[in-house]
Amino acid sequence: MKQLLSGNEAIALGAYHAGVVVATAYPGTPSTEIMENIARMDDVYTEWSTNEKVALEVGIGASYSGVRVLVSMKHVGLNVAADPFFAVSTTGVVGGLVIVSCDDPGEHSSQGEQDNRHFARIAKVPMLEPTNSQDAYDLMEWAFNISEEFDTPVLLRSTTRISHCKTVVDVKGERKSDLRKPSFIRSPAKFVMVPSNARVRRQAMEERITKLQAYVEDFPLNEMLLADRKLGVISDGVAYQYAREVFKDASHLKLATIYPFPSNLISRFAGEVERVVVVEELDPYLEDEVRRLGIAVTGKEFIPIIGELDPEIVERGAIQAGLLQKTSGPAPAPVSPATQLPARRPQLCAGCPHVAAEFVLRRLGFRSTSSGKELKEDEFIVTGDIGCYTLGVYPPLAALDTCACMGASIGKALGLEKAGVPNKIVAVLGDSTFMHSGITGLIDVVYNQGSNTIIILDNGTTAMTGHQGHPGTGISAKGAKTQAVELESLVKGCGVRDVTVVDAFDLKTIESNIKQAVANNEPSVIIVRGSCPLHTRAKSTPYKVDEDECIGCFDCLDVGCPAISILEDEAVIDSEVCTGCGVCAQICPQGAISESK
Amino acid sequence: MMKDVNVLMVGVGGYGVILASDGMAEVGMENGYDVKKTDSLGMSQRGGSVVSHVRWGTQVFSPLIKKGEVDFLVGLEQLEAARWASFLKPDGVAIIADVVVIPISAVTGKIPYPGWDKSKGIISQYTDEIYLVPAIRIAQEADNPRAVNMVMLGFLSAFLELEPKAWTDIMRRRLPPKFVESSVDAFDRGLQEANSVIEAREIKK
Repeated sequence: MKQLLSGNEAIALGAYHAGVVVATAYPGTPSTEIMENIARMDDVYTEWSTNEKVALEVGIGASYSGVRVLVSMKHVGLNVAADPFFAVSTTGVVGGLVIVSCDDPGEHSSQGEQDNRHFARIAKVPMLEPTNSQDAYDLMEWAFNISEEFDTPVLLRSTTRISHCKTVVDVKGERKSDLRKPSFIRSPAKFVMVPSNARVRRQAMEERITKLQAYVEDFPLNEMLLADRKLGVISDGVAYQYAREVFKDASHLKLATIYPFPSNLISRFAGEVERVVVVEELDPYLEDEVRRLGIAVTGKEFIPIIGELDPEIVERGAIQAGLLQKTSGPAPAPVSPATQLPARRPQLCAGCPHVAAEFVLRRLGFRSTSSGKELKEDEFIVTGDIGCYTLGVYPPLAALDTCACMGASIGKALGLEKAGVPNKIVAVLGDSTFMHSGITGLIDVVYNQGSNTIIILDNGTTAMTGHQGHPGTGISAKGAKTQAVELESLVKGCGVRDVTVVDAFDLKTIESNIKQAVANNEPSVIIVRGSCPLHTRAKSTPYKVDEDECIGCFDCLDVGCPAISILEDEAVIDSEVCTGCGVCAQICPQGAISESK
Repeated sequence: MMKDVNVLMVGVGGYGVILASDGMAEVGMENGYDVKKTDSLGMSQRGGSVVSHVRWGTQVFSPLIKKGEVDFLVGLEQLEAARWASFLKPDGVAIIADVVVIPISAVTGKIPYPGWDKSKGIISQYTDEIYLVPAIRIAQEADNPRAVNMVMLGFLSAFLELEPKAWTDIMRRRLPPKFVESSVDAFDRGLQEANSVIEAREIKK
């Protein structure tokens, strides 16, 4: 049956048909929909794990019982899960264990760009890569079979353009029925990695890779297409599609097995063509492998190493490198120079519960928005974290000084303090990020006697990735009610004595709580609580500006609310967009903003 | 042999671009095309720009349409249509809803929101065939103010070879039941609008 599936839907369906019994994940763009899709399927245990490391550890445990397991995450999630990833490469598996890493070339929604094909090689874990949704669906069965046959976890790498692209899939199978019953068979030599056992397993890893090297040579999803022999193009992932689009007449080799590398197949292909070219996104991974075989190859000289590719980039590079004739048609060019258009950056939504706290931080911390200047002592340093609130770095909020990886706001705040900067340091992170990896930082602050203030923006969901549950919500991946982990008790249990909870839309109390907390010489936590309006779809009476009272000072624009704009030198509120949170009314010096009657 | 079609649908997060492009992709597949469709949306749940590439063809490789090869630019917001106009091929068609969503940067920053004349000026550097569709009014007439995207699909369908039923069948199958009738109505009205505008143009010529 033909279906139009995104890469993520195809991965989920492929895993389901391959008989996956346990699936775990932490949400992260572009991987999130894999779990969201599996969670809708029967007979699979699914969970949003606390973080990617835990997700993989749960997966490893389940695999040891003999069932098939899928663990999915975004590229940087594999950094978090690296420890168990290397560990399970050493122990091997029992039931098939497939880890999906979704890379984000171009950083559409990420804090960094990295090529996770390298992870396969250093962890000695075989890796497969789809070029469209059909491949993604088909490869899942192969991945589980390889995992079980070779006693190894398998890494399946997707990218944004595979995960978030719908293509036609011929769905052949249905769910396997002869699933293995879970049982744990004691085997310390395999499962208990004391050095004496680990050294034996180390041997097994190398033997496994040698066997896999032979296996991938005949892998059916590596496809050789011989046409014009002047040019032979080797590619993987979505880059294969661009290569086919741009090099229409050339010979092509599509690679699905990225590690180990099918050396003989490559040599055979190189022997059939006059010149070998590699088209790949990000690092010269395939190119280096080809060169290692002593084959002359053109790659990153004409394909950028940074960012997402598209057919235009590949074509332009190919023309510059003399691999392609310039197309005859006239390139469309603007007659006059392109006009400057206002940018449309992502922004915090109307009614967002993060806005008031970030607004107060900016105002209270006497923060100047110009960058590159040394801070005055009375200005706050605000260490930020990963989540919607990161958007508060943009003007007009301009409230954050750092953000790089999950949970790091707290450790960085402590580091700045211990280094001796004179400023007050406030860490800001969300509820889901705090659960993910903020808590270990908080314990460090308590233990090492920091005096930081940590603001947990608790909107009751993992908002940025589309409202997934987390331990604080008490809602499971399948939407069922579970045990919620209570944030206040958790924080107090870590040893923080100064803990307050404040309404996310109450500017005055947020301000007085922050003032008190930063004056305090011990760790303090302020939980700023308010629901995400996109999640709850709550909307109260919208607010309006009294045009007789408005003096056009535009202080209200400083909250950066999408509902507020300027019309004829006065502020106006779009009642369709306004959710009635009332934050702007608390800022207006004239009292000109009130609920519409 | 069916003609290849490249459509770029652009707009703002939360205004129905994805639903419309998903629908169009499904219509293509159900009627025998190879189809690819992908979105560039970054963190657009928060009001950023959204771009969907929809490709119908005999065999489609790249999901992304090359600059200068877009047959139809469907703008669900005027500024976004101007922003992406350079993707049009020289004889491409621009179909733009009269929707204005002013970004915060235009409220607080130095570059103002371009009026329609300015946006049209930019788009006309790439094509002469520009249609500004009164989609807000039409959607209201269909009693479904949010169905601007369906009005635009209806308008677009007038230029493509598949019959209206091919589109409305998918709408009936995929949309929540309570929105089906008003959405189909919005689609039909968009199609009618296109037909009368095209007819008027031909008479003028």
